[in-house]
Amino acid sequence: MNHPTVELQTGPSEIDRKIVFKVKGLTKVYGMAELEVHALRGVDLELYEGELVVLLGPSGSGKSTLLNILGGLDTATDGRVTYREKDLTKATEKELTEYRRFHVGFVFQFYNLIPSLTALENVAVVTEISKNPMKPADALAIVGLGERLNHFPAQLSGGEQQRVAIARAVSKNPEVLLCDEPTGALDSATGVVVLEALHRINHELGTTTVIITHNADIAKMSDRVISISNGLISKVTRNTVKIQPREIHW
Amino acid sequence: MRALHRKLWRDLWKMKGQAFAIILVIVSGVATFVMLISTMDSLSLTRKRFYQDYGFAEVFASLKRAPESVKYRIASIPGVDQVETRVVADVKLNIEGFNEPVTAKLVSVPDNGKPVLNRIYIKKGRMVEPWKDNEVVVSEAFAAAHRFSPGDRFGAVINGRWKMLDIVGTALSPEFILQVRPGGISPDFKRYAILWMGRDALGTAYNMKGAFNDVVLTVSSGVNTNDILVQVDNLLNWYGGLGSYGRKDQVSHRFLTEEFRQLETSSRIFPVIFIGVATFLLHVVISRTVGTQREQIAGLKAFGYSNLDIGMHYVTMVLLIVLLGVAGGVVVGVWFGKSLGGVYMEFYRFPYLMYELRPAVVISAVWISIASGLVGTLHSVWKGAKLPPAEAMRPEPPAKYRKSVLEHIRLWRVLSQPTRIIIRNIERRPMRSLLTIIGISLSCASMIAATFFQGAVDFMVDVQFKRSQKEDMTVTFIEPTSRKAVYELKGLRGVEHVEVFRSVPARLRFQQRSYRTSIQGIEPGNRLHFLLDTDLKSIDLPPEGIVLADYLGTILGVKPGDMLTVEVLESSKPLRQVPVVGLVKQYIGVMGYMDLSALNRLMKEDRSVSGAYLSVDSLDRPEIYGKLVEMPRVAGTLVREDEIRNFYETQAEALLFFTFVATLLAGTIAFGVVYNSARIALSERSRELASLRVLGYTRTEISYIFLGELALLTLAAIPLGLLIGRGMSAYLAKAIESDLFRIPVLVEPATYSLAATVVVVSACLSGWIVRHRLDHLDLVAVLKTKE
Repeated sequence: MNHPTVELQTGPSEIDRKIVFKVKGLTKVYGMAELEVHALRGVDLELYEGELVVLLGPSGSGKSTLLNILGGLDTATDGRVTYREKDLTKATEKELTEYRRFHVGFVFQFYNLIPSLTALENVAVVTEISKNPMKPADALAIVGLGERLNHFPAQLSGGEQQRVAIARAVSKNPEVLLCDEPTGALDSATGVVVLEALHRINHELGTTTVIITHNADIAKMSDRVISISNGLISKVTRNTVKIQPREIHW
Repeated sequence: MRALHRKLWRDLWKMKGQAFAIILVIVSGVATFVMLISTMDSLSLTRKRFYQDYGFAEVFASLKRAPESVKYRIASIPGVDQVETRVVADVKLNIEGFNEPVTAKLVSVPDNGKPVLNRIYIKKGRMVEPWKDNEVVVSEAFAAAHRFSPGDRFGAVINGRWKMLDIVGTALSPEFILQVRPGGISPDFKRYAILWMGRDALGTAYNMKGAFNDVVLTVSSGVNTNDILVQVDNLLNWYGGLGSYGRKDQVSHRFLTEEFRQLETSSRIFPVIFIGVATFLLHVVISRTVGTQREQIAGLKAFGYSNLDIGMHYVTMVLLIVLLGVAGGVVVGVWFGKSLGGVYMEFYRFPYLMYELRPAVVISAVWISIASGLVGTLHSVWKGAKLPPAEAMRPEPPAKYRKSVLEHIRLWRVLSQPTRIIIRNIERRPMRSLLTIIGISLSCASMIAATFFQGAVDFMVDVQFKRSQKEDMTVTFIEPTSRKAVYELKGLRGVEHVEVFRSVPARLRFQQRSYRTSIQGIEPGNRLHFLLDTDLKSIDLPPEGIVLADYLGTILGVKPGDMLTVEVLESSKPLRQVPVVGLVKQYIGVMGYMDLSALNRLMKEDRSVSGAYLSVDSLDRPEIYGKLVEMPRVAGTLVREDEIRNFYETQAEALLFFTFVATLLAGTIAFGVVYNSARIALSERSRELASLRVLGYTRTEISYIFLGELALLTLAAIPLGLLIGRGMSAYLAKAIESDLFRIPVLVEPATYSLAATVVVVSACLSGWIVRHRLDHLDLVAVLKTKE
């Protein structure tokens, strides 16, 4: 169930675009009995093809939980989530693995790179199991790391590591890119570089991109801002004027 | 190569120290297994081939004398295949420059020089020419011990007549793979020889022309040998037969079969320990690896790798470690096996050693190691692989600590903070601490089990040859003779005391069990030859009845008070019922004992004796030897001191080999367990230790906290290891006991000390290696990593 003060601003773009994700009454509860945590309390949402959406909310609001369920990393307690016509909430373990393998790219706050693989190999570990990937070197070039292919994560800065993670995520040509606090561990200048990469990918490849952040400034670069609070969507705002990532500071 | 495979190799390389330690333990286990089994197989194959190629007989019988025509009656027994009659005699030798008693078994070869059965392998020189009564072929070991070559000569007393014998060749025989003289405890190549001489010459010397006193035969396949034995005995009874026996009771064959049994027993115990420890180590290392790679697993699963993909990735890691260990173990095992084979060749005189490593042995080693590796790791791997990606992305919750049991007692207050950290850390993971203690204790225990033999054997020799037998020499007569022989011996200069004895071969029966041995008749009140009870206290022989070696009592299932049927296999072969009146402690062989007069009465003979025990003045020994050689009624002389010295000389190399191998292997377990525990603990606690350094703790102080825990676990493991080692030694001693010998379960303090020392040294070594890493903690890097 959505909060009564939701302001839904729709425009011609949602009507024209295909729905990628449809979320209805999504609920997620962790734990048991007195230790229950209601991470999501009945979320309704639609995400459209090619848009860049920011999930904005404070720590503990449920945004990561929502992202994880959209990405098939976690399962819902109640409600329904469909990806195109596929019901993710009824999918088996095997189907979710396939879904993640062929349709979704993830970017995590702490990169989750494999320390024993080079930048190129970290991307290859994904392209080797994908149906129609791009070349790992090409993916790294998109994020401006063409010269750092053979460096290990320990030899890269935080920003560079995050860009490798983005290259890894997009290398499989996913339809959806889910980013959980991609700039959370980075300083402002480095974070902007990362955001520029995400923006370019969304703009050039048309990948539906969802970015989680608690930073309201970052939300200004998106098509829509979905505010989450206490497990519910409190507000959905369309940015009629979007700023460029380089204009963002924190 | 796929990126995930590269991750695998690099992860393995990163943990190369730990992986190497585990591989070492697996190598030890597999090497021990391969060594023991391949040695057993090799000796068995070599024996089988030697027997086949040289026609080793299946039934043996000695008798007083029978005409040659009896051979054909034996051959006509249904089931008998080939028969060969022989003349066999015990002789005394006189070797120039070697002033000690030497005896030999003289065996005839057919006049055509080609025995049908028990053929001999001429190593050097040639076979005897049958009509020459001064030519002999000697056993190769005897020739080597005295550096004899064809062309050399020595003296011999053959049926009371002195003769110089010419060596024309040296040889080996399947009948004498082990050359231990009757009454001896180990091969004595200097003082006991096998000689082969032409049948005609030997027959003439012993008044056996056209007759024989020994027969060997083979049976057709599928025939029950026991039936043949009965029929042969029935036939030879008329000719003073001493009872036939099958191959399985032939001394040389029997000893080697017992050796195989010991190797097999050891192969079941030691490899199991190593593989068990390796399984534990793999479990700890892999579960730790999976734990620290949770986020990587989450990332891979987020990108579409399935549970199976992740699982197989870590299973492959386990398999690589295991297979490297198996490969190394097989190579080392073959090398050790060949060395061990060489050691055995010192005892067992084969003309060659056919080393065999059966594919089944390697396959067993592979699948057992793989199965153990998977048993120890599958659960952790699957647990990690199955983690939902979202959960895998969350860091492991911080370790739960609580107040320890000790904190409730006053002692806690006097402990420093570093010491409290040590104790709480041990208590935090009681299972892992316990398994670490058990792992280290197994190293100690296996060292004890592998080396206790030496001390136990020393004790065995001490009991048998110093407490029980105090005679300096044992003289045996050619045939039972009057007790007056004692005067002849007493009259020799330097002989201080003489006690006679009577020895008869007999079959002892109780209900459905029977055993063939000898009964020793001893004089009452004797001062040289004692019987010891199970507490090793000297006992007096009762005037009537028979006393048995305790193990013989077990074989027959008798206890004092039971009535034993004694079937003497000599002279008139009386059959009597004799009460068992006691059991005595005997570690080597199994015999029965009776009062000398009681035995004479049982034999219905008038005070006959078979030999005498002598105590002599050591200065007069050489002269006494010389006189005994000349005495016609004396068949041979055994010198106790020589027996003991020879025993240790022949055993020395074998014992050294086993001690070396045992120390090496026990050291790898101790090192493997402590090193792995240390490395894992370091990876888990570097952040905590780095924090302490930042706070001002010195390297020594954090070393104390870190290594102190390992030291405590090692010290706790040692007493447990000593206890388990004692238990394992008892199990081993029980497993290898037989009528040939029994090892006392005695672990000397020196054995305990050595085991503890090896463990401590290995633990110190691994601690020192890890300390090096501790001293070089990158404080900044460690503190930067998120928890």
